[in-house]
Amino acid sequence: MSERVAVRKTYKLFIGGKFPRSESGRSYLVQDSNVPLASRKDARDAVLAARAAVKGWAGATAYNRGQILYRVAEMLEGRREQFVALGVPADEVDAAIDRWVWYAGWSDKLPQVYGGANPVAGPYFNLSSPEPTGVVAVVAPEQPALLGLVSVIAPAIVTGNTVVVAASPAQPLAAVTLAEVLATSDLPVGVVNILTGRISETAPTLAAHMDVNAIDLTGVADAELAADLEVKAAQNLKRVLRPAPADHDWTADPGVTRMTTLLETKTVWHPKGV
Amino acid sequence: MTATATSARSDLSELGRSETALRTFLHGLPGVDQVGAEQRAAQLGTRSIKTTAKAQAIDLAIRMVDLTTLEGADTPGKVRALAAKALRPDPADLSCPHVGAVCVYPAMVPYVAEVLRGSGVHLASVATAFPSGQAPLEVKLADTRAAVAAGADEIDMVINRSAFLSGRYKEVYDEIVATKEACGDAHLKVILETGELATYDNVRRASWLAMLAGGDFIKTSTGKVPVAATLPVSLVMLEAVRDFRAATGRQVGVKPAGGIKTTKDAIKYLVMVNETVGADWLDPDWFRFGASSLLNDLLMQRTKLTTGVYSGPDYFTLD
Amino acid sequence: MFEYAPAPESRSVVDIKPSYGLFINGEFVDPTDGGSFKSINPASEEVLAEVAEAGAGDVERAVAAAREAYDKVWGPMPGRDRAKYLFRIARIIQERSRELAVLESLDNGKPIKESRDVDLPLVAAHFFYYAGWADKLEHAGFGANPRPLGVAAQVIPWNFPLLMLAWKIAPALAAGNTVVLKPAETTPLTALLFAEICQQADLPAGVVNIVTGAGDTGRALVEHPGVDKVAFTGSTEVGRAIARSVAGTRKKLTLELGGKAANIVYDDAPIDQAVEGIVNGIFFNQGHVCCAGSRLLIQENVADRVLESLKRRMAQLRVGDPLDKNTDIGAINSAAQLARIKELSDAGSAEGAERWSPPCELPDRGFWFAPTIFTGVTQAHRIAREEIFGPVLSVLTFRTPAEAVEKANNTPYGLSAGIWTDKGSRILWTADRLRAGVVWANTFNKFDPTSPFGGYKESGYGREGGRHGLEGYLNV
Repeated sequence: MSERVAVRKTYKLFIGGKFPRSESGRSYLVQDSNVPLASRKDARDAVLAARAAVKGWAGATAYNRGQILYRVAEMLEGRREQFVALGVPADEVDAAIDRWVWYAGWSDKLPQVYGGANPVAGPYFNLSSPEPTGVVAVVAPEQPALLGLVSVIAPAIVTGNTVVVAASPAQPLAAVTLAEVLATSDLPVGVVNILTGRISETAPTLAAHMDVNAIDLTGVADAELAADLEVKAAQNLKRVLRPAPADHDWTADPGVTRMTTLLETKTVWHPKGV
Repeated sequence: MTATATSARSDLSELGRSETALRTFLHGLPGVDQVGAEQRAAQLGTRSIKTTAKAQAIDLAIRMVDLTTLEGADTPGKVRALAAKALRPDPADLSCPHVGAVCVYPAMVPYVAEVLRGSGVHLASVATAFPSGQAPLEVKLADTRAAVAAGADEIDMVINRSAFLSGRYKEVYDEIVATKEACGDAHLKVILETGELATYDNVRRASWLAMLAGGDFIKTSTGKVPVAATLPVSLVMLEAVRDFRAATGRQVGVKPAGGIKTTKDAIKYLVMVNETVGADWLDPDWFRFGASSLLNDLLMQRTKLTTGVYSGPDYFTLD
Repeated sequence: MFEYAPAPESRSVVDIKPSYGLFINGEFVDPTDGGSFKSINPASEEVLAEVAEAGAGDVERAVAAAREAYDKVWGPMPGRDRAKYLFRIARIIQERSRELAVLESLDNGKPIKESRDVDLPLVAAHFFYYAGWADKLEHAGFGANPRPLGVAAQVIPWNFPLLMLAWKIAPALAAGNTVVLKPAETTPLTALLFAEICQQADLPAGVVNIVTGAGDTGRALVEHPGVDKVAFTGSTEVGRAIARSVAGTRKKLTLELGGKAANIVYDDAPIDQAVEGIVNGIFFNQGHVCCAGSRLLIQENVADRVLESLKRRMAQLRVGDPLDKNTDIGAINSAAQLARIKELSDAGSAEGAERWSPPCELPDRGFWFAPTIFTGVTQAHRIAREEIFGPVLSVLTFRTPAEAVEKANNTPYGLSAGIWTDKGSRILWTADRLRAGVVWANTFNKFDPTSPFGGYKESGYGREGGRHGLEGYLNV
C-alpha cells in the first residue's frame, strides 16, 4: 500500500482578513515551503486595511475586545499541535496561549488603571482616559517565533489599535499560522495584518508611512536599521517602541509599557454648575 | 433696525397670549453656564479703576443710588431725613450730586414726596405685597395704585415666584401687565428675587418674561431673602436687556439691589455695565443701585479723592 | 463714556541686572566659549538685559554638573527630602510671585493680569503638586521600584516662560532626575530669576542648571550623549528634528508641539459663555498658545448670532501696555513672530477670507497685532491649516455634528479642542470622537497641575501634568 500523498499548505500574507499572495508575485523558501516576499505595495495595502479597521475596533466595547482576545486563546489552544509540528516548543505554545488570556483581561482594566479623575483646583469635572493611537506598525522579534509575535500583537490590539506586523523573516510559518487562528477568532478584518518577507523592505515603508501612528521596533536587531526607522518615523511623529535587548526574557511579566506607549491620553474638562 | 429684528419684534408681541408660546420661547433661550458666567463676572471685577476714572465712577454711582429704607420701623421722621440726605448727600460739598431716587414702602410715600417735590430725585415705592408677593392680585394692584396716587413715580413690584417656579409663566406675565397698567405714568421696576430663582437659566427667563410684559426696569432682589444682588446675576440680566433691545428695539433698565455696600462693589458693577451693554446704560435712567449703606462709602471715597486723606464714618450723616 | 485711567503695575518691584551669566552647578558663571545676546521688552523694544549665550563647552559643563549631582546627591537622596526642596521652591515662588509676574510681563509682553492671575499661580501649584509625588513614586502605578532616568535636557518656548519651566523641572526633580534647561532666547529672564530661587532654597548645586541661548544651544543640549531624557515644548518642526536626533539613542523623549484646535459651537450652546470661551481660546496670551482655539467651528444656523456677539465682545478687548492691570492683550513676543502672524493673515486675505478687527489703537513702538477674525474660511485656506500662534481666529461653519467632528479632526495636529452645547450626551459623543489630548467642554484654556496635557498625532507625545507627567521622567 502506497503512502498517502500529503496536501501541502500554501503560506500567504494576511491583509484585511484575506490571505493574498504578494502582489509582487515573489516568494522565498522556508522549511521547504514557499512564503510570500511582501513588497512595499503589500505594506501599503496592509496599512489601508488596518486604517479601515480602526473605527470599528477602537469603537468596540472593551468587553467585546476582551472576549475576542480570549477567543483567540481558545482557538490557539485548539491548534496547539499544529504549532508544535511547525517546530514551536510546546511550552512556548502554552506561554503564547496564556499571554492572550493575560492581555484579554486587560481590555477593560487598563482604562481604569491608566486613566481616572483628576482633582483640579476648580469647579470642573476632569477625566483622563486612554485611547488607542490608531494604526501601529510592528516588527516582530526573530525569536521566540510564536511567543514573541503574540507578545507584540496582543498589547497593541487589546486597547483598540490595529496592526501591520512584519513577521520574523526566518520564522514566518508561526506567523502565517497564527493568522489562520486570528481569522477564525471573531477578530474584525484588518485589525491584524501580517506581512512576511524582508524587514529591510517592508519596515522602511511602514516607518515612513504618514498614515501610521506608531511603530514598534522590538524585532529590529540591526541597530543601524532601527535608528534609520526611528528617523523615518519622526516625519509624522510616530510613537516609537525601541528594539528589545537581545537577552529580553519573553516569559517574564510584560508590564504595561507596551500597551501604554501605544495609547493617547485624552483629558476632558467640564464645568460643574446648576 | 434690520429686517430680521423688525420681524422678531412683531413675533415677540404675540408671546404673552398663550402659556405654550411663552414657555416655548423662555425655554428656548440659550442656557447659562454657571461656572462660565461667574468667571466672567469675577474677571470684570479685576479691572483696576483709578484716579480720574474712579472719581467719574463715584459721582455716577451716587446718581444711580436708589436710597432705600424698607423696615417695619420706618416712620415719617426717618423717611423725611432719608429724603433730605438724597437731595444733599454730602452737606459739606455741594458739588456732590443727588441720588437717583428714594425707595420706601407705600405708606411712607407721602412724607417723602413732600421733601422731594421738584427736586429731580425720583420717588420709588415698593408695591404688590412686597416682599413675598403672596397676596391676591386685587390687593397687589390696589397697593400699586395707592403708591402712585400718593406720589410715587417709580414702582418696584415683585414677580409671582410661586407661579414662576411652578411653571405658570402666563400668570406671572399677566400680573406684570396688570401692574404696569396700574402704574399709569409711573415707571415699573420688576423685582425677580433672583435669590429664590436659584439658577441663572431662571434669571434669564424671568428677565425676558418681565421685559416682554412691559417692565421698564428689571431688578434683582427685595433685600429680604438671604441672597441678594450678585455680580453674575446682574451680568445675566444685563445680557438679557442687551439682547432684548437687539430683538425689539426697546431699552430696559437694570437695578441690582441688596448687598452692595462698598464703592469697590459699585465700581465693579459699573465696569460690568460698561463692558456688557455699553455707555447707553451708564445713566441713572437705565441703571440703579438699590442700597442704603453704599451711599456713605461712596461719599467717603469721594472725599478721599478730593482731599487726599481717608475719612471716617463720623463725618457723614447716618440718616 | 467710562474711560479707564492707566493702572500700571510698578516695575520697580523687580530688580533686573544689566547682565546674566549661565547657571551651572549652583553658580552664575560666564560662558567659556559663547557670546551673549540681548533680551528686550517686546512692548517697547527696550533692552532689558544682556544674557550669556551658552556654547557647546558650556552645555558640556552643565551636563557634567547635572550628572555629578544626579550620581552623588539628588539620585541617592530620599524622596521625602527631594519633596521638601520642591515644597520650599513652591513657597518662595508664591512669596516672590509679584516680582516674577512683572518680570514675565516685561520680558514676554503678556498682560500683567495673566502673568499675575494665571501663570504664577500655576507655576507655584505645579511645584507644590509634584513636590508631593517625590516620596510616593512607588504608588504612582508604574511598578514597584520606579527609577529616575538621570539627566534631563529640557528646552522650553517663549509663550509661558516660567510656567513651561515649572512643567518641565517640577516632575523631573520629583522623580529624582537632575536637569539642564534652556529657556527661549527671547524670554530667558524669569528662568534666571528661578535660578536665584534655587540658590535661595539651598537646592544642591547641579540639580538645576540653566543654559541660555538660541537654537544652537538647544541642539547641543538635546544631542549631548550624556543626557538620558529630552523634553521639548515648541514647534512641530523643531520637535521633528529632535525626534530624529534622538533616534537610535537611549534617550526618552517627550514632545509638546503645535496645534490648530477646533472650538466647536453647537446651536444649543450657552452663547454668552461660548463667546467668552472663544475670546479666551484665541486671545489669551495674544494667541501665543499651542492649544489655542484657533479654528472656530460654528453650527451654521447660529453663525450670524454668534459672530455678532463675538465682534461686540472683541470691541471690549483692551490692547496695550502689558503692565497695565486693565490690559487684555499685550505685545507680540518678537519681531519675528509678528512677521509670521502678518504673513499668514495677509495670506488669509489674499485667499479670499474676510478679515475683521475691532477699532483699536496700537502703540507706536514695540510689536503689536490687533485681535483679528477671519470669516468665510474653508479647510483649504492656509489660515485654517497652519498654526498662526497669534491673536487671529479662523471661523468656519458646519451643519451636523458629524461634519463638525470631521472638520475638527482634519488636521495633522491633535492637541486640544473645545465643545459648546447644553446637551450632555452630545458633549460625550463629540469628545469621544475628537482626536485631541485635551478637550474642553463648555470651557476653554483651563490648566491644572493634576490634569495631564499633551497631544495626539503631530502635536507630540507624552503627557505633562498629573500622575501621567511622572511617566516621562521614570524608567518604566
